[in-house]
Amino acid sequence: MTLRRLAVYVPLIVAALFFLLPVFVMLFTSFKTLDEIRVGDLLALPASPTIEPWLSAWQSACVGLNCNGVRGFFLNTALMVVPAVIIITALGAVNGYILTQWPFPGHKLVFGLLLFGCFVPFQSVIIPMARVLGLTGLQNSIPGLVLVHVVYGIGFSTLFFRNYYDQFPRELVKAAQIDGANLFQIFWRIVLPVSGPIAVVCTIFLFTNIWNDFLFGASFTSGSNTPIMVALNNIVNTSTGVREYNVHMATAMITALPTLVVYIVSGKYFVRGLMAGSVKG
Amino acid sequence: MTIQLSSVNIRRVGAASGRAGSLVRRHERLIARLLLMPSLISSTIFVYGFIAFTLVLSFTDSKLLPTFNFVGWDSYAKLWGLNNWHVALQNLLVFGSLYVGICVALGLLIAILIDQNIKGENIFRPIFLYPMALSFIVTGTAWRWFLNPGLGLERSMHNLGWTDFKFDWIVDSHMAIYTVVIAGVWQSTGFCMAMFLAGLRSVDREIVKAAAVDGARGITLYRRIIVPMLRSTFLSVFVIQTHLTIKSYDLVVSLTGGGPGNSTDLPATFMYDYTFTRNQMGVGSASSIVMLLAVAAVIVPYLWAELRDRREKGDAK
Amino acid sequence: MLKLARGIGIAAALLVSSSAIAQEVEVMHWWTSPGEAAAVNVMKEQLEKKGIKWVDAPIAGGGGQAAMTALRARVVAGDPPTAAMVLGYDIKDWAELNLLGDISDAARQDGWDANYPDAYKFFGEYNGKWVATPFDVHSTNWLWLNKAAFDGLGVAEPTDWDSFIAMLQAAKDKGLIPLAHGGQSWQDAVLLGNVTIATGGIEFYRKAILQQDKQALGSETMRKVLERVLQLKDFMDSNAPGRDWNLATAMVIKGEALTQTMGDWAKGEFVAAGKKAGDDYMCLRFPGTQGVVSFVADSFVVFNVSKADKAAQIEFVRTLMSPEFQEPWSVLKGAVPANLKANDALLDACGKKAFAEYKEAAASGNLVGAIQLFSAPAAIRSAVEDVVSRLLSGDLNVDGALAGVVASADAAQ
Repeated sequence: MTLRRLAVYVPLIVAALFFLLPVFVMLFTSFKTLDEIRVGDLLALPASPTIEPWLSAWQSACVGLNCNGVRGFFLNTALMVVPAVIIITALGAVNGYILTQWPFPGHKLVFGLLLFGCFVPFQSVIIPMARVLGLTGLQNSIPGLVLVHVVYGIGFSTLFFRNYYDQFPRELVKAAQIDGANLFQIFWRIVLPVSGPIAVVCTIFLFTNIWNDFLFGASFTSGSNTPIMVALNNIVNTSTGVREYNVHMATAMITALPTLVVYIVSGKYFVRGLMAGSVKG
Repeated sequence: MTIQLSSVNIRRVGAASGRAGSLVRRHERLIARLLLMPSLISSTIFVYGFIAFTLVLSFTDSKLLPTFNFVGWDSYAKLWGLNNWHVALQNLLVFGSLYVGICVALGLLIAILIDQNIKGENIFRPIFLYPMALSFIVTGTAWRWFLNPGLGLERSMHNLGWTDFKFDWIVDSHMAIYTVVIAGVWQSTGFCMAMFLAGLRSVDREIVKAAAVDGARGITLYRRIIVPMLRSTFLSVFVIQTHLTIKSYDLVVSLTGGGPGNSTDLPATFMYDYTFTRNQMGVGSASSIVMLLAVAAVIVPYLWAELRDRREKGDAK
Repeated sequence: MLKLARGIGIAAALLVSSSAIAQEVEVMHWWTSPGEAAAVNVMKEQLEKKGIKWVDAPIAGGGGQAAMTALRARVVAGDPPTAAMVLGYDIKDWAELNLLGDISDAARQDGWDANYPDAYKFFGEYNGKWVATPFDVHSTNWLWLNKAAFDGLGVAEPTDWDSFIAMLQAAKDKGLIPLAHGGQSWQDAVLLGNVTIATGGIEFYRKAILQQDKQALGSETMRKVLERVLQLKDFMDSNAPGRDWNLATAMVIKGEALTQTMGDWAKGEFVAAGKKAGDDYMCLRFPGTQGVVSFVADSFVVFNVSKADKAAQIEFVRTLMSPEFQEPWSVLKGAVPANLKANDALLDACGKKAFAEYKEAAASGNLVGAIQLFSAPAAIRSAVEDVVSRLLSGDLNVDGALAGVVASADAAQ
């Protein structure tokens, strides 16, 4: 291995170790018994590993009075996350495309207005949002949550796609126009096929954000309608009760699995973006 | 970008649809604008409408729920008299600059390293990204243990025999904010990396090749040629990170709960506290308006410069 | 015509069946740990015996912060639950907005006025109407000790400040952590409350903490209180900031630390670790606060609901306030019943002591709201918490803290 290669790998491995550290703590803890957690070293391997906490997290941990673990909440969350991510990404792609390839007077102002929406602190919209949901009859429902996530996700997806498409040469679309292709055809056949990497980034960002949202889920749904993060929070957080840290850690990792799968699967498309650029180009 | 690839497509698309008149073109421009309407309308209501609502509330003495008893600038005066608010603002400055700066630098560095045709990219990428996947509701606990001198790193080092080792920032009210930075960097550097990676892979390879022919290589190649081409990506990263800074709530609550004392409070925790826990919704609303103004003060000039600059460049073409 | 008649018939049938289903209560609370859930189950079962369905709406987190946010959202959306867990002064804030239901009929029927002490009525009533149900007693002026560690010191049980300090010093000399503390603002406040009662007595506590009398808050007695709080810091380990209360309890359980001052929910940790009251651990009143009970009461507020739901709501609050419910509940929750007519047969040694002391304090007027949630409206209480936290983190000195507590009296305006 050359010195140059070493200079690439050594920092990467060091950084990777730093990033993995907390997950080690969590993994170890999730396989320990509560007694061992009470007395043991945090960074030590479990002395007598047990999968009990994982089983408990999956099927018997109590979310309030329902002691069926988190398994029942995956569907709620999926029903919320998948439509929301699809809608937001689609809107973002369209917005980005129009703003860069079909500019009109004031398009920058429009972009700025959409973008500023990213900075609204979510805590300050809860009360008016609750009112809107109440008036539209969407309170305590998954479609209501989808709506909330969509309206506060558009800014981000527009940002991603707009900045990505901005690197597109304008001549491309002009040439296509001269050849008679219309708005939709250009988008569908020319722009969309090369949007892989940014679609991945956008999906990762939105999927994680919405999947991990607690504030909206807790505020606008209750009981069996709640998404998984509220369930996780209910298992993990207690004010005056005994804390089962091992179950907490296991639950946290189980609830993060879908996001992790998205990351690993979507990774392929990063590489594909590279391939499209270098091989065919 | 895949220009060559696409030009093949253009010809195909063009041939299929034939020539179009200028009437159709105008028609298309109208459609283009109409397509933006759903997004615009929703942000008019849910962003600007709600900001207006918060602004109105900030001039009332609302406590538990909105009430409309107007008291002028009282909430703002009170806000400014609160030590907690000043601490939160200072922390925002320290936390924000370090958090954004380190995430951007580290994210770019890792992205560049990963872009060196390394083996095991598929292993490294998720390792850097996974912290985003975990909710801070629980990772906060893991970090809190790890950073606590009596439970985590310091104790383990002592157990290993390095008894002089000291790492007690989290219990020190002057240093605790830096532990929030560490955990924050851990959580979102991966995403910056992902954005930079996407950016690097959309850089025109022809230009890079040409520059390499001219003799630019290694660090110079990146510094002079490639990184400047990532301007749009920097804009995205900057916006995302700033937004995360401002919204950092879970991070603080689960790591330090704002303590020791109130040394790690940030405006987001302040606002939540005053609006929902301390039953001073008027003050809470005032703080979110101030926060929005602060954000505007940072973001608007940046956007202005960024977007204007681009136009001039475009005009020059 | 026939079709229409049949349609009406179906509609009528639906109406009937839906009013039968309407016998349900939706209850928002933040009891979600296994121990707490077991206790809530008692509530649910007793209601189900009466034919009322329990609809669970739990939202855990941060002493109910998340639940309170969600509750606001529900109310604003026009869809409030039947009842929600709301504690202390927050009850009054809700009542002030005219959102709460009137349950005075249930109170008359079951004689709440006679069965509950005035300090409790204060948190159940608003403008002469019952709107909430403070139904158990969590007391915060406790000292929890590891018995083996205590016996090893060879000192007597502390009864006043000097003997308390002597005991802590003895533990320090032996290399133990004398006082296990969790440096979170509410725990700092528990400490402040106890030291205030121990130093100034109950009348001073009432004046300074409950009434925010500026003269009392700025007095030499208050200075002494703050100095004592700071003195206790010398007996804590340096890793206290940010620590959860239960980890501090674990230090006592393990014998790393001698004692912790905490509400009686700490007992749950001892029980979960298989420890026995009297054999493995001891519960003493915080030295200098004997005879006083500073309480935190679990309670629900009820919202205005439709007539159909009102019956179930009334049944719900009657259950909560009955001894038959409070007795088993208290065992599982680590509290004691608030109904003075309740029986202590089910309680353990510490529980029996606590219930007896509660009744005595109720009779003698030594029953006061704990500094946490029950001392003052949220704005003031939090301002006091801020000050004591900053004092303990070294951010303020005693002078600064004294000025801070005086200023906190104005926080609500």
